[in-house]
Amino acid sequence: MSAWTVIQHIEAPSGQANITFSSIPSTYTDLLLVVSARSVNASTDDALLFDLNGSTSNKSIMILRGNGSTVTSGAGSYFAMGYVSAANATSNTFGNAVLYIPNYANSSNKIMSADGVFENNATTALQQIQALLWSNTAAINEIKLRLDSTSNFAQYSSATLYGITKGSSGGVTVS
Amino acid sequence: MTDRPTRLVVDCSLPEGHPDKVQIIPLTDAEILEREQQAAQAAIEQAEREAEAQRIADLRASAKAKLIAGEPMTEEEADALLG
Repeated sequence: MSAWTVIQHIEAPSGQANITFSSIPSTYTDLLLVVSARSVNASTDDALLFDLNGSTSNKSIMILRGNGSTVTSGAGSYFAMGYVSAANATSNTFGNAVLYIPNYANSSNKIMSADGVFENNATTALQQIQALLWSNTAAINEIKLRLDSTSNFAQYSSATLYGITKGSSGGVTVS
Repeated sequence: MTDRPTRLVVDCSLPEGHPDKVQIIPLTDAEILEREQQAAQAAIEQAEREAEAQRIADLRASAKAKLIAGEPMTEEEADALLG
């Protein structure tokens, strides 16, 4: 039995403002969300944001960001996975982002990590890593993806939610 | 008439093939209003982020020029150069 289970893979049709995984079962140890996305916003990039259980509070984030020439860092009270390509970026390119949520069903605060990158044919592009804290003891049962500009996701944007079960399988150990 | 925005919702508790497994749901008026407010805030934050990136780039350029010319630089310029 694999330690990794695809809970759901979804590919977005055009015109979707957000993508939500609801009623996530609490039977796994950790969650991993892998996203390939592009925004239709008239910009080069767009931040990929997410919400947990519909909550708008108790969020904190620490960020390290590079754009190919400058490194910046920051903090805030929102959840981000990084930046993805938008309408002014190289055609047909999508950003990649990964969110890891250990012990998502535990009754403790949730500490997460995320990274997101996109490439723009050698011109300035953004790469960002995030440390995230949701000061909430509820089990995570919903993840909503949205874009900072509030524009729609481009067609063919996709997201895969994995459940990771503790134990060993194929050289992968989760404890 | 403008099409109402929609959201994609996947119910992970339902089996594949269930008619309610994947739904495309029109946003409510409240969700549309919230979206508009978020868009305004996002535009502000985008401008702030770009301004900060430009400020750091300008500092680094100034620091580099002073370094080459052998001129003293400010602490902020030194931080930008080393950071």
